[in-house]
Amino acid sequence: MTLTSLTYLVVGATFALYIGIAIWARAGSTKEFYIAGGGIHPIANGMATAADWMSAASFISMAGLIAFMGYGGSVFLMGWTGGYVLLAMLLAPYLRKFGKFTVPEFIGDRYYSKAARIVAVICLIIASVTYVIGQMKGIGVAFSRFLEVDYDLGLTIGMAIVFFYAVMGGMKGITYTQIAQYCVLIFAFTIPAVFISLNLTGNPVPQLGLGSTMLGSDVYLLDKLDAVVKDLGFAEYTTSARISQTNMFFYTMSLMIGTAGLPHVIIRFFTVPKVKDARSSAGWALVFIAILYTTAPSVAAMARLNLMNTIEPSDGEYMVYEARPQWIRNWEQTGLLEFTDKNGDGRIQYSSDEATNELTKVDNDIMVLANPEIAGLPNWVIALVAAGGLAAALSTAAGLLLAISSAISHDLLKGVLKPNITEREELFASRVAMAGAIAVAGYLGFNPPDFAAGTVALAFGLAASSIFPALMMGIFSKRVNKQGAIAGMLAGLGVTLLYVFQHKGIMFVQSTAFLGDLPPNWFFGIEPNAFGAVGALLNFAVAIAISRATPAPPTEVQDLVDSIRVPKGSEAASTSH
Amino acid sequence: MKTPTRIDYWSANLRLVALCLVIWFVVSFGFGIILVDWLNQFRIGGYKLGFWFAQQGSIYVFVALIFFYAYRMGKLDKQHDVDE
Repeated sequence: MTLTSLTYLVVGATFALYIGIAIWARAGSTKEFYIAGGGIHPIANGMATAADWMSAASFISMAGLIAFMGYGGSVFLMGWTGGYVLLAMLLAPYLRKFGKFTVPEFIGDRYYSKAARIVAVICLIIASVTYVIGQMKGIGVAFSRFLEVDYDLGLTIGMAIVFFYAVMGGMKGITYTQIAQYCVLIFAFTIPAVFISLNLTGNPVPQLGLGSTMLGSDVYLLDKLDAVVKDLGFAEYTTSARISQTNMFFYTMSLMIGTAGLPHVIIRFFTVPKVKDARSSAGWALVFIAILYTTAPSVAAMARLNLMNTIEPSDGEYMVYEARPQWIRNWEQTGLLEFTDKNGDGRIQYSSDEATNELTKVDNDIMVLANPEIAGLPNWVIALVAAGGLAAALSTAAGLLLAISSAISHDLLKGVLKPNITEREELFASRVAMAGAIAVAGYLGFNPPDFAAGTVALAFGLAASSIFPALMMGIFSKRVNKQGAIAGMLAGLGVTLLYVFQHKGIMFVQSTAFLGDLPPNWFFGIEPNAFGAVGALLNFAVAIAISRATPAPPTEVQDLVDSIRVPKGSEAASTSH
Repeated sequence: MKTPTRIDYWSANLRLVALCLVIWFVVSFGFGIILVDWLNQFRIGGYKLGFWFAQQGSIYVFVALIFFYAYRMGKLDKQHDVDE
């Protein structure tokens, strides 16, 4: 069977599985799944949260970025896992006790203000739409490769499928479907990693393989990789911090705070049965996430090594272009991989020197998908990786679209603008919002501001600078009032957006950037992707300063804060006001 | 409801969170970024130690930390009679 038909088969089979589970589960007991709690064990909830959380950025993009960044790519690994520590200790149990369904609802009640709720909705929409752009980039890459079309057409097809998937909607809320998606994606990610680790080091555990010696030699894999990349003039793999350690610090902080501030992740903890479960659910979610996140560095380093070996099979002997392997031909069709034979010798030289480097374009987002092909693994593994990547991208995109549409229909329309809206109208508004978000994100996905993981990092920065500080202060301070919170959110979001737009273009349209995206233009050398941490600091400072100058919150709000601080007396989440 | 036991409970909670966040900061920002060059002189197998913390070790510590926190909070809830 050819790779293409095998891919259709595997992707089709996994989709049939998700839909089948959805139908079966719905027939069981509808209520159980919509209240998403009842009998669902924290381990199961953790697995579902992991599927919801790990997107195209984690699955398709991250390891590829690390492959080219080396040590500097650690920001994604630490940032996207460390945020769960903040979530478990600073937000999840208290928001669970509060017992409502959406993040803007909490902000509106805690800061006793509809204006605060609207500001929260705006922050949420901006961060989520940016996040969806990143997913679209990943989906576009995956579809372009497996349908053997160029990236733009792949993205267009992807948009249509996301729309269909998200509007079917109900699937998203069903925990068992997400557990199935988790199983598919983790299996798809680890199987190739195990094979490649075995091939290179003889150790089947990728986490150990990365620290082992090469098969049949006593040179450590990482030392070998360091030597190979340095040979071609690149920075040493295990020590290069890319831009600077200061930038890494802010980048990591921004991703951590953003993780704890993203609405679609927080929502998962609103619906566990007990406050206690909110704490352990976060732990289980991180266990399942960590399986992928500790494997990713091995995938990254081994993919880089295999790529180098393909292009330079032996010292100074470069690949003959006409004899290039099939995977290179396949990826060339997508326009995401390009060679230019500058010196006309029919061979492909690869080096860090612009003038002689002939691997002129290698989109980092193709690495994970190409990895099993580069390593020469069987076709079924390659097909499985495609299914895993799509599971990751679609589950997260659907979750985000649901968060966006509920913010508009539930928080904005029903909560503020039109309180007596009918359920039908609310549902219609949410569909329109979903379609709008897909169109905007898809359109911007044709010229994404960065690789998938970089774009997603921007979304995290926006969530970090706006939502997280307002939530945290709402729980840990009784003094922060509505004036402070609103000013803080606006200041944090405003400064981060301004910084991102001035370097990346207004609404990410590159030609409108008024300051080039280059290190000398950066504030303290911090790149736009990492700026959310600065925005968050400003948010805290502004909120505290303004709250001090204005009256304290009313007593009933202070009592609310007292009550969310203790688990006793919690009730199941409800949407009633 | 501001009973003395609630105030004790809250400050015990804050102490526990502070302890956990210090560890959280040290293994990631400390070992993984600030002290990485110094730690890289040591090794675990083929891993330089600082690199290992940045790409592996910090993640394992995060997982352990959350379970430790959940376990200790469960005990605190019971001690102060605020559990569900």
